[in-house]
Amino acid sequence: MQGAALAMTTSVAVAAAPHRTSFARLALRRILGGLLTLLVVSALVFVGTELLPGDAASAVLGRTAQPEQLAEMRELMGLDRPAVERYFDWLGSVLVGDLGNSAAGYAAGAEEAIWDDIRSPLWNTVILAAIVVALMIPLSLLLGVVAATGVGRLRDHAISLGSLAVVSLPEFIIGSLLIVVFFSWLDMLPPVSLVPPGTSPLERPEILVLPTLTLLGATLAGSTRMVRAGMLESLRSDYVQMARLNGLPERMVVLRYGLRNALAPAVQVFAQNIQYLIGGIIVVEYLFNYPGIGKELVDAVAIRDVRAVQSIAIVIAAVYIAVNIVADLVVVALVPRLRSGRA
Amino acid sequence: MPEALRFARSGTGAVGVAVLVFVLLVALFGPFVAPHSPARPIGIPYEGPSAEALLGTDFLGRDVLSRVLWGGRSVIALAGLSVLLAYAGGLAVGLAAGYSRGLLDPILMRSADVLLSLPALLFLLVLVTGLGSSRTVLVVGVALIQMPLVARIIRSATQTQSVRGFVEAAAARGERTSAILGRELLPNIVPTIAADVGLRLTYAIILVASVNFLGLGLQPPDADWGLMVSENRSGLNLNPLAVLAPVTMIALLTIAVNMVGDAVARQQGVSAIEVGART
Repeated sequence: MQGAALAMTTSVAVAAAPHRTSFARLALRRILGGLLTLLVVSALVFVGTELLPGDAASAVLGRTAQPEQLAEMRELMGLDRPAVERYFDWLGSVLVGDLGNSAAGYAAGAEEAIWDDIRSPLWNTVILAAIVVALMIPLSLLLGVVAATGVGRLRDHAISLGSLAVVSLPEFIIGSLLIVVFFSWLDMLPPVSLVPPGTSPLERPEILVLPTLTLLGATLAGSTRMVRAGMLESLRSDYVQMARLNGLPERMVVLRYGLRNALAPAVQVFAQNIQYLIGGIIVVEYLFNYPGIGKELVDAVAIRDVRAVQSIAIVIAAVYIAVNIVADLVVVALVPRLRSGRA
Repeated sequence: MPEALRFARSGTGAVGVAVLVFVLLVALFGPFVAPHSPARPIGIPYEGPSAEALLGTDFLGRDVLSRVLWGGRSVIALAGLSVLLAYAGGLAVGLAAGYSRGLLDPILMRSADVLLSLPALLFLLVLVTGLGSSRTVLVVGVALIQMPLVARIIRSATQTQSVRGFVEAAAARGERTSAILGRELLPNIVPTIAADVGLRLTYAIILVASVNFLGLGLQPPDADWGLMVSENRSGLNLNPLAVLAPVTMIALLTIAVNMVGDAVARQQGVSAIEVGART
């Protein structure tokens, strides 16, 4: 027993050096793959938003526009050139951080850079998402462990049934219910989360409570279920049995042996949930009138501001893909044996 | 009880079926028993409940109860259609990819990965920007989002089955590929489909309702539960029922579908809920 353990440690030590380079190579490969995916996605977004022949110029000028006006606006917006040329032009400027000008800006008679429009919404969204993630991870670990260690008891049934119900609710349903309870009935929290321009949502933290609770409800249920499943599996394993037989205190068995080995699958679930959050945030920002990137996107879609939709979409897609890569790499860092295969 | 209905014997299964039947009855027969027209005002906006309007009136003074009774058909029909379409496409792609020994498999699966690398809602919004809001865009969009997920599941089930004796025997008898896929493989992946379909439906309902809520799906004056929540938000302190009623119906619908799906999956011995409703 002792000898085997020793042999294992030495083999790990010996293998450690080549592992480090292979981790760097793996990271590089995943990042390059992500950039390639982003390239394909950018083409998808470009084609998808321009499927209809009716273009942004006519959306800006409305139905009463004269042909000459349309031609002039198309030239101003650069729409008179072939689609392929415009795509590569757009891609090139996105790469150097220039997202182009919004159609809404042209409609107002000025060239308005999309980047200037979305900088502060993007920041607002980051604040909201960061708070949700910072609460979601410890809470789902806690609830998952509590449910898994009390399997078959009341607390497990309550958590499992509750999460089965909440996991299937759309965010706008969770959010609307919270608004009815905390605004209509208790009159404790504001139903809308307006942020005056030039101020930070953190100056009035009460407006963040309901959006955060909504997104937590939407993501916590799923991740709690997965942490519970992972914990159950690892609590049934040989090494946990062994730790118990060795007389270790139950708390230590659960945390040091059980939870640690349930962490790697949990990281993937957290990544899925963060990705899911990106979709959910669009709905929640619209529900609460919170001036973030999701609300900006919905507004742009509603007025068919093609250029703004394309640019916001590519920013969101980039974050989405990046979260995926980071999660993969964290999992590989946690579970070294995954490094050998093409994880 | 027939074998196929045994899932209803579990606790969540029975509750799920009962709630689901209730919601489906409301959606299907509601329009026949609605006391008022869903389109014409019967009073002033945001009136509280009265004998005339049991759930009060909405932002235009229309009867909330009548609009709730009318408003379930759209989301159920659109979500159902999109799941059917997703399975039609996903089955074809998954069977072909799973049975293929050549380049077809990697090509199909890489394309699926690309579709999955955009957040679902973002994908729908991009389509709406390009094609405008319509029922067709909603159905096709939601189907396209689900198709790669269905294809992945069908593919791995097909791969598992295709190395089994009866499939290899059929191949050795010289049967056509279409016959092998249809007669030998398809019946054996039915349990996989049964375990998955509840999840797909829940997800489709969530997406359709959310897009309607954002005002980018069905357009006013259509009566639709998702749209109603969005329309009546501003009158929450006057008549909260105008929001609560459609919210409750959507919640009952998604929870019931998920519960039934979970019970069916568990009966098939497949833990479909593992990833939650939103894979």
